[in-house]
Amino acid sequence: MAMVDEVVSGEAVAGEQEFKLGSTLPGDRKDFAVSIRGLVNRFGKQVVHDGLDLDIKRGEVLGIVGGSGTGKSVLLRTILGLNVPAEGDIMLLGENQRDLDEGDWRRVQARCGVLYQSGALFSSLTVAENIEAPMREHSDLDDDLMDQLAALKIQLVGLPLNAGDKYPSQLSGGMKKRAGLARALSLDPEVIFLDEPTAGLDPVGATDFDQLILSLQRSLGVTVVMVTHDLDSLVAICDRIAVLLDKKIRVGTMDELMRDPHPWMQAYFHGPRARAAGMGKTERPSGDGHPGDGHRGDGHGA
Amino acid sequence: MATAESWITSARQGAETVWSLQGEWTVHHAEQISRAISAQVAAGARGGDVVFNLAGITSLDSAGAWLVIRSANALRASGAEVSLRGLDPKMNDLMQRVTEAAPSDKPPVPPARTLLDWIAQIGEAVYEIWDQLLDLLAFFGEFCQVFLRAIVNPRRLRINSIVSHIEQTGLNAMPIVGLISFLVGVVLAYQGADQLARFGAQVFTVNMVGISVLREMGILLTSIVVAGRSGSAFTAQIGTMKVNEEVDAMETMGLTPMEVLVLPRVIALVISLPLLTFFADILGLLGGGLMCVLLVDMSFKQYLTLLNQAITLSQFWVGMIKAPVFALLIALIGCFEGMRVSGSAESVGKLTTRSVVEGIFLVIVFDAFFSILFSLLGV
Repeated sequence: MAMVDEVVSGEAVAGEQEFKLGSTLPGDRKDFAVSIRGLVNRFGKQVVHDGLDLDIKRGEVLGIVGGSGTGKSVLLRTILGLNVPAEGDIMLLGENQRDLDEGDWRRVQARCGVLYQSGALFSSLTVAENIEAPMREHSDLDDDLMDQLAALKIQLVGLPLNAGDKYPSQLSGGMKKRAGLARALSLDPEVIFLDEPTAGLDPVGATDFDQLILSLQRSLGVTVVMVTHDLDSLVAICDRIAVLLDKKIRVGTMDELMRDPHPWMQAYFHGPRARAAGMGKTERPSGDGHPGDGHRGDGHGA
Repeated sequence: MATAESWITSARQGAETVWSLQGEWTVHHAEQISRAISAQVAAGARGGDVVFNLAGITSLDSAGAWLVIRSANALRASGAEVSLRGLDPKMNDLMQRVTEAAPSDKPPVPPARTLLDWIAQIGEAVYEIWDQLLDLLAFFGEFCQVFLRAIVNPRRLRINSIVSHIEQTGLNAMPIVGLISFLVGVVLAYQGADQLARFGAQVFTVNMVGISVLREMGILLTSIVVAGRSGSAFTAQIGTMKVNEEVDAMETMGLTPMEVLVLPRVIALVISLPLLTFFADILGLLGGGLMCVLLVDMSFKQYLTLLNQAITLSQFWVGMIKAPVFALLIALIGCFEGMRVSGSAESVGKLTTRSVVEGIFLVIVFDAFFSILFSLLGV
């Protein structure tokens, strides 16, 4: 994978001239899970994104971080087509919303899974029905097979099988997140978007959830894009990190970002919480010394 | 349309049967693949060992992996030895993971409902109503206690809050209550005049309008509108505060939610509903008067004179006396249901609906009680 080498080689010039981390990658934009060029988002007079570029490789785990109000959620909503940007060109799985009619765009959306911050499970449906909802809409599976696949997804995310008959209001916060993840995985998406997946979980639950995402990502070969504030998650599972800063985005591995002299980056990656999360040691479960070398990308089944 | 053979083919090799799986085994084709497998099983129920050759699979997701595992399990259950081979190593993790998570063949089916279940359900519902009635009585008791405490120590009455709720439930409701009463007065007079004309007794339209508006229509319509408008608002306001844990916060600060939230609302409604009823009475009579002037040949002055003869003060009080009682019912139900909200925003909606339905129901039930009472008293 040639593109990977390009990213890593960026380290060589770090520290010289002005520090610059590119957020685009070489290669055909259609091959990326997400590819954004020149995104501008503004609300009234407030400009949230100004000429933002971002490429997300297939099969990688990308963490998006940024201070409050830097437009992390807006970026996610824009990628998913829930927010129409003022300017810019967004490709999701090689397709551009502007070029597609409603039905084709829905099919592209069906190839993505989203876990919203509080789960966003349909409260009037049981967990199993929630998981089956996207299947009913986008596939021709019969009821038996759908029930089995829903049960499979429930087990995959580590919920007990009897959770399928429960309503979201009967679940704890952690179980809701797992159920939400199961629904996001319902149609075996090519890319899943997670909005603060570990927010509101206790440290043990958060660690479990991180490991769950990582192991699902490896076995299913899915691309993961997660907005997070959880430094432990960043260290534990993200291949690359995208930082929203000054209305643009800077992407790099943990090592690269830690060398960025920007004051916010210094505060973020060298603050007491970052040290507590073990940043700088770059000790990662996959750790063979090349964070973000993208070897997981090879595992993609398609 | 792909045929079964494009997913799975079977061939006999010595003692074993080799099933060659090919193509995209993904959720988008899962239904076709599932049917192809069933066809294969039906056609090739020949026993002996089965080998799954997975080399032809070009892409696999968890649904596809599940179908492979499910068919292997089904064959094993019928006594065959099944082995998998030729799987692309990249898909190994996935297959492993799905095998671990594979649900038992059938997810547990909830037992069918029997007649006994239905009866039990009815019993439960009855108990629930009974429990709720007890809860409501307890709520009323607590309210009385807090109310008496507030009477003894009037500083506990939150005047600002009461005035604000009078504005919301009374003043702001005037346009809609007025309009409805006026129109009902118009309708009553119009229908009445039409029927009474057959007896040549058109002039009694005035009696009919006067008595029905003052005794029943004014108060009943106002109560129903207020139950829909303010009873629901009470439930939604208090319920939202429950969901946001504001009520808990209040309690831990040493404030009594009953005193802070419920008391001002109930007092406000008990003050504003009679006032609204009076307003509704007047507009109802005006609406009736308008139709009398237009349909029955009389001047407005004559209408007022006739009205004065037709109704007595007691007719007016029969209607008005009900107002504070209905106000108490509506406000108590609204607050009670609001306090019962728990957990989710969904329960706010559910209990708000319930509060309106119960409020209107109780208003009408009590109206019937009042009718019986008044007829016994000969009023």
